[in-house]
Amino acid sequence: MAALPPSTVATEAVPLRAAPRRLAEREWVSLLRRLVRRRTALFGAIVVLGVLLAAALAPLVAPFDPLEQDIGQRLKEPGWQDAQGRVHALGTDHLGRDILSRIVFGARIALVVGLAAVLISGLLGMLIGLLAGYFGGRVDDFLMRLADIQLAFPFILLAIAVIGVLGPSLRNIIIVIGVSSWVVYARVVRGEVLSIREREYVQAAIALGSQHWRVLRHHVLPNTFTPWLVVATLDMARVIVIESALSFLGLGVQPPTPTWGGMLADGRVYLSTAWWLATFPGLAILITVLGINLFGDGLRDTLDPRLKV
Amino acid sequence: MTTYLRRRLWQSLLVLFGVSVVVFLILHLTGDPAALLLPPDATAEDIAKFRTAMGFDDPVAVQYLRFLKGAVRGDFGESLRHGEPAMGLVLERLPATFELAGAGLLIALGLAIPAGIVSAVRRNTSVDYVSTVVALLGQAMPTFWLGIMLILVFSVRLNWLPSSGRGGLEHLILPAITLGLFTTARITRLTRSGMLEVLGQDYVRTARAKGVAEPPVVWKHALKNASIPIVTIVGIELGTLLGGSVITETIFAWPGVGRLSVQAIFNRDYPVVQSAVFLLASTFVIVNFLVDVVYTYLDPRIRFR
Repeated sequence: MAALPPSTVATEAVPLRAAPRRLAEREWVSLLRRLVRRRTALFGAIVVLGVLLAAALAPLVAPFDPLEQDIGQRLKEPGWQDAQGRVHALGTDHLGRDILSRIVFGARIALVVGLAAVLISGLLGMLIGLLAGYFGGRVDDFLMRLADIQLAFPFILLAIAVIGVLGPSLRNIIIVIGVSSWVVYARVVRGEVLSIREREYVQAAIALGSQHWRVLRHHVLPNTFTPWLVVATLDMARVIVIESALSFLGLGVQPPTPTWGGMLADGRVYLSTAWWLATFPGLAILITVLGINLFGDGLRDTLDPRLKV
Repeated sequence: MTTYLRRRLWQSLLVLFGVSVVVFLILHLTGDPAALLLPPDATAEDIAKFRTAMGFDDPVAVQYLRFLKGAVRGDFGESLRHGEPAMGLVLERLPATFELAGAGLLIALGLAIPAGIVSAVRRNTSVDYVSTVVALLGQAMPTFWLGIMLILVFSVRLNWLPSSGRGGLEHLILPAITLGLFTTARITRLTRSGMLEVLGQDYVRTARAKGVAEPPVVWKHALKNASIPIVTIVGIELGTLLGGSVITETIFAWPGVGRLSVQAIFNRDYPVVQSAVFLLASTFVIVNFLVDVVYTYLDPRIRFR
């Protein structure tokens, strides 16, 4: 006890709480500044922001109603102008619907699934990682075997099997992706906890008689947040690709709701006559995923360069 | 066998056991496997009769034990559509999937390792930038879109390569590139960062200082030590390749396990789905155990853990 630095004990006291929080705010500002200085990360952030805005303001951004069919205007090439002088910048699909508008609305599904699934798997993985790293021993062994079992399954195959049984719906897709993507989070958080557990302030809190959940919540959890955030950012890209793959196979959100994967599947049929149907939704996925990856890489290099994800 | 390998073997068996539980549960997700297995127009009476006949009224643990007893002998029941043993159908398609996954892996390793090494050795040159950008794009590109674009260019426009089916080498090229690109991108980035790390080590500097020529430094001193994470990821990437084969096989009408499972899901042919999921997951577990065996040769330190 005597060897403990006084500050370790003092952080438990209420009046001193405000100080570290202000520091954290300053850290955020400096972090942002460093992030902006990395040009690729900035590019990624701008792309992500653009996609977010387009999805949020879809009814304002999209030039047409994404569901409005016009058989007279079907399979028109990019830049086509209809009788009223309205321009279909990316052309129209096999039902005469405006492709650009459908891509803009498709971003909604991609982002909703991405955010919700990442939140579920992130929280699940955080919890499992905390328990495995903090308690170690049998708990750790058991949870890590569970992770091995999860990893053994080819993800897409398991997802389509489960969704095939439960039926495709927005809710089921989010749950299936969310529940089966926790392993990365758990492994990274566990690794962090293993080293945090041995730090003096944690040992001191335990020595002072703090209960496990209190130690976990106040001393361990806050320190695992940064690597968790990096993993969550990069995982979002993976989830968006999976969502579009499911839609492509016909197991995603069902038509007529526009999804990028669903548009691609439609366009595949018209590949030899109308290349734009399949090309542009794919580009939308590519650009979004690339943006998220670049932003996530930048976040990792700024926050925690040694992190291997 | 070392203690380490014995422990890994035990763990692999445990994982296989867990895999069997999950595969068993797929059918019980909705709570009523009888309704799931019968056509949608089956009457309630039919369903009840079928339920009793199949033993779905027994306690779940009893049902699982019965399932496990069949599973260890490769018996997952009969295909509802083809009336043949489900596992037999899947095994018939396995060589095609292995051929595709193997070709994808070969392309990935053949491109990624040289690209990663050159990137690391010629760091911050135009070669490095090009390979980094290609790797970034490769990681962001959805498999199914890449496949469709390759068909558009090489089959529809240029008419050079067939767009579907399995046959000679020309049938394999497009699907293998489609399947392998993501893995190529991953391994390129990993090789680059691994080589950069090793090239900065003291023993590399020592080798250079005592006058060893640059090629042996790169190929012997550095690559050998950078190869350990690459071997690990090859095992993990196999999972990506087997999973990716589901999409790639669907696009190119490749007659493998992936396409069979997608068809089976739409036909509500669940014994086939269960067999396919079980077989691919087991393959992954076994290959990763073998990777660990290779590992102990590459890095003798592991043997004594």
